Amino acid sequence: MPALGRNFGLIDVVVAAGGPPPSPELRLAPEHRQVLARCQRPMTVVDLASEVDLPIGVVRVLLSDLTEYGIVEVLTAPRGRVISRRLLNAVLDGLEEL
Amino acid sequence: MDSKNSESPVPTTAKIIIAGGFGAGKTTLVGAITEIRPLRTEETLSDRSVGVDDVSGVDNKTTTTVAMDFGRITFRSDLALYLFGMPGQERFWFMWEELSFGALGAVVLADTRRLASCFASVDYFEHYGIPFLVAVNCFDGAPRYDPADVRIALDLDPSVPVLMCDARRRDSVKTALIGLVRHALTRSGVQESELAGGPALG
Repeated sequence: MPALGRNFGLIDVVVAAGGPPPSPELRLAPEHRQVLARCQRPMTVVDLASEVDLPIGVVRVLLSDLTEYGIVEVLTAPRGRVISRRLLNAVLDGLEEL
Repeated sequence: MDSKNSESPVPTTAKIIIAGGFGAGKTTLVGAITEIRPLRTEETLSDRSVGVDDVSGVDNKTTTTVAMDFGRITFRSDLALYLFGMPGQERFWFMWEELSFGALGAVVLADTRRLASCFASVDYFEHYGIPFLVAVNCFDGAPRYDPADVRIALDLDPSVPVLMCDARRRDSVKTALIGLVRHALTRSGVQESELAGGPALG
């Protein structure tokens, strides 16, 4: 299996969980806080990495910690070999309207 | 309690891969259509050194990170399409799997001066059954090939669309992306009817 933190897809959407603020005991690193601050609205993993200017691999590890602490949620993008026709049609409509 | 912006719509996200050899125009294509200039993020490599897939990076010899270019098109507040440039050289294979997993399909951008540079990505998409089309980038001064010649040179299946494309032009790129999604829809219809054990209804 992939190493720690590899389970976040590039276009998975992450968002801060609406719970209480993280307890000081979690001892979040500045990078954790930086990521958390950007997740106040839903954002993809790849946009997040670009905004905080850290390599994807690092962002995945940070996200892995934050989800384990329950302060960030991950909403997985459609995956796998079979892509739904509904999604394909939605993208086609979008492109045609450009 | 702070005013949490948890009411923002959660977008559905989709991705399309832009593949092609070194310098084929992938970043140009992404930049021609996405709402943001192509962004760059880095993938860290643990145990090997590779060059960066960028003409300006040729002098960099080796590095432990590889740049990944991407762009985004937001259609509605709840649907965003991402375009990812996929480095064409086979030594980047370790990124291909991740980039192509869950992708709607791929545009293989072919540079007629170096057609051989897209063999590896064509093979990859064929092998994994990822819908793709070949867009022949019409560079100024590049030899003009008939799409039929490119099809023969790349030994493409007759069902794979081949079209001419100017990666600098938004309308041309839009046509290529629409062609790809239509191709993916056609294939998905075929797969569904195969799964159902007979021809599609209607």
